[in-house]
Amino acid sequence: MTLRVNDLKVYYQTLRGDVHALDGVTFDLADGEIMGLAGESGCGKTTLGKSLIRLDSRMRHVGGTVELDGKDVPIGDDRAMVPLRYHEISLIPQYAMSALNPTRKIGRMINDLLRARGVRPADIADELRRRLELVGLDTDVLDRFPIELSGGMKQRVVMVMSTLLNPSLLIADEVTSALDVSTQRAVAESLVEFRDREYIKSMVFVTHDISLVYQMADTIMVMYAGHIVEKAPASTIINAPRHPYTQMLISALPEVGTTTEQGRLEGIPGTPPGLLNPPTGCRFKERCPLAFEKCNERPPLVEIEPGHLAACWKTG
Amino acid sequence: MSEIAGAPGAADPAGGPEPTTTERKTSEVLHFAVRNPKLLIGLGIVLSLLLLGIFGPFFIDQDPNEYVGPKSQPPNGEYWFGTTSFGQDVWAQFVYGLRSTFLIGAFGGGVAFVIGTTVGFVAGYKGGIVDEILNMLTNVVLVLPALVVLIVITAYLEVRGVFIQGVFIGLTSWPWAARAVRSQALSLATRDYVDLARLSGRRTWRIITTEIAPNMSSYLVMSFILLFGGSILIAAGLDFIGLGPSNGVSLGLMLESAMKWSSLYLGMWWWFIPPGLGITMIVGSLYILNVGLDEVFNPKLREL
Amino acid sequence: MLELSHVHKVYRVGAFGGGRLRAVRDVSLKVEAGEVVSLIGESGSGKSTIGKMVLGLFRPTSGTIAFDGTDITTIRGHNARKAYYRRVQGVFQDPFSSFNPIFKADRVFEMIRSSYFPGISDADWRERVLKAVGTVRLDPENVLGKYPHQLSGGQLQRLLIARALLLDVDLLVADEVISMLDASTRIDVLNLLADLKERGMAILFVTHDLSLGNYVSDRSVILRKGAIAEMGPTVRVFENPLHPYSRHLLSCVPQLHRTWAEVDAELEANPPEDVELPVASDDVSAPLLEAEEGHFVGIDQG
Repeated sequence: MTLRVNDLKVYYQTLRGDVHALDGVTFDLADGEIMGLAGESGCGKTTLGKSLIRLDSRMRHVGGTVELDGKDVPIGDDRAMVPLRYHEISLIPQYAMSALNPTRKIGRMINDLLRARGVRPADIADELRRRLELVGLDTDVLDRFPIELSGGMKQRVVMVMSTLLNPSLLIADEVTSALDVSTQRAVAESLVEFRDREYIKSMVFVTHDISLVYQMADTIMVMYAGHIVEKAPASTIINAPRHPYTQMLISALPEVGTTTEQGRLEGIPGTPPGLLNPPTGCRFKERCPLAFEKCNERPPLVEIEPGHLAACWKTG
Repeated sequence: MSEIAGAPGAADPAGGPEPTTTERKTSEVLHFAVRNPKLLIGLGIVLSLLLLGIFGPFFIDQDPNEYVGPKSQPPNGEYWFGTTSFGQDVWAQFVYGLRSTFLIGAFGGGVAFVIGTTVGFVAGYKGGIVDEILNMLTNVVLVLPALVVLIVITAYLEVRGVFIQGVFIGLTSWPWAARAVRSQALSLATRDYVDLARLSGRRTWRIITTEIAPNMSSYLVMSFILLFGGSILIAAGLDFIGLGPSNGVSLGLMLESAMKWSSLYLGMWWWFIPPGLGITMIVGSLYILNVGLDEVFNPKLREL
Repeated sequence: MLELSHVHKVYRVGAFGGGRLRAVRDVSLKVEAGEVVSLIGESGSGKSTIGKMVLGLFRPTSGTIAFDGTDITTIRGHNARKAYYRRVQGVFQDPFSSFNPIFKADRVFEMIRSSYFPGISDADWRERVLKAVGTVRLDPENVLGKYPHQLSGGQLQRLLIARALLLDVDLLVADEVISMLDASTRIDVLNLLADLKERGMAILFVTHDLSLGNYVSDRSVILRKGAIAEMGPTVRVFENPLHPYSRHLLSCVPQLHRTWAEVDAELEANPPEDVELPVASDDVSAPLLEAEEGHFVGIDQG
């Protein structure tokens, strides 16, 4: 088991109180697993991704534990996390353009980064070249400034950079959202390639685009308002989802080939609840057509069939 | 910013009544304002000096330049700041000087502010050829050695008053404000709500005054404060080299006569310290106030 | 109703404006009343520039944009422009940037009122607003009198569509209107556009997302580097893409029930026939070739 997250709670501190962005999240991630983490904006997926590597100043670790390869990950202790970052856990941020220092050449930036992590750049230079070629970049990008690269190229540079030390866990946060369709596919496929070549052991791929995550992930975990609603193999989530939220979400997605003439798709009425004072029980109950009295208690995330977990009283 | 603003729970708790934006914003700004020492100290000093300049002269019966008492007295119970070599009351000159210093700041800063923001808004919003022409004009005025021009102009004027001085200071010190406002307006003009206002059949000046300007009000306030302080400094400089108002009193003129009559040499510190300190304190605390305001308005500089 | 013919937009770029960037290249297309036309393209394809030119926010470098026979690039003066906006309106990508954050959201209606209906009584106006808000399926109680940050992106976009309804416009330019909305609400906005179409409104739907363009539109235009790559009835363009670029795009779109590998395998099994592409005689024009009825392919730009 690579990653084991147990009842993790991370809140945002604001002037008006705590925002319960991540409110009791429990899941496992197996060796070699690519897990798509999907949900709408504000569901806590980005917070979860960030929590595993670095809490920003407004985020507070309220409870729960994270274990990686059997060792405890001290996510609330910024200093204790330093040796883990890049070596064990790495992140590809959403906006690669702002992750790169515009005044440094790419090669120099990578060398600085390696030295800061206690690695001699010369030891790893060949590997670096090999991996750049693998993602379809010419090695002379090392002598270029970030501004000379396109969005897709920068995203791939950052991808190589953050996986250079073969971390156990890679978190990819909306890495393809800013890219064009064709670049998107290339980047997504390179990420799978990285896993196949065991540069990374496992990956959490955060995205709002379920059809993209279906193309590359082994499992998909769906979040709603700070809770996990369902986790299952990718094809199960798409073809046989059990939680009402997942079902409604999937059926609201237009595909290439669907038109209004074949009958209209329907959205989910209502809006997600506020997380400053979140409602008790199931957080989807307000919008759920199946809601009944019991939904005032929080449904546990239970395994309804092997590898398929859902948090709903109706699926139990 | 990104995830917390996007989170519905953070930006907008659906349950429960919500305070309106203005209330919320005001209370948020106030929350940080009353906790910002720079803002409080700067504002405190500026306000107390301003009050002194406004109300102080009402308690002084004589003309500040009148020879009222014994010559060259150090500060004492009757003449709080002592007297000059001619027996003028330094305290009386100081409070009148404060008043005219604030006047020149408000007037010179005001003129510069009006010209600067107008040019900046029009250039930033209109863009294209209008922007290029206004930009050229701005740059020309910017590279003019403003102090030299001012010296030449004021030296030719027969009668010099506070207002004339203010106008000329305003006419030469607007360019950087224009550039600052232009760059802000340039980025605000590309917002979708500006396009939407155009699609609603609004005229240019209304778009500038109702869509763009209110969204940079904190920025405008800060520009005005800096122009205010700048005018005070320029005016003090002109006064000090003898080009101040002909029959007036100002902190700069006080310094000038203190120097002219060798107060430093004679050890009459009470003659030059009050005006010098006065100018330093006003301008200095305006800048501190500005830094404080910046921290209050700019979320990135706020310390949580 | 709307007809673009040989529209070009060239930007001056670089120091001293020495460089040229051709954002839109020789685009000709038509939008009829009651028709939804999708402009589909990746970043840099010129799709948004075309939308903005139709809205009169940018001026084309050359070519004409005719609305009911009048070339809108010749419109001069505030009143003529105002009259044009009485019939043509736009909704933009970012709902949060479309509202001035310091004012209440329903101020967008007030602006319409003061510009176009200055004489109307309060009661009449309120009735019209309620009707428009009802048409976009919003609860007036929830949205009127609120500030933009208190509303969701989907609610804001619907308010903007209601704003266009108040004017009862003939043409709506919808520029990436749903790309910032969440999956559970974007379909509602798409359905709303389909409703408007049924009322007879023409819609120019600008998007980068092929599946969305496909869902609502009657005709699709695929743009690449400012020029039209393929244009035709949506069904034909998606079932039988002729231009290599359209085929490539379609093979890269993530689909819900088919993986990329399956799509590739299908293409491998039945390779599509190559069609003859038109050749541009210079690097400015971009001729189209009619491959089947109403279905055009454009030049190959490598």
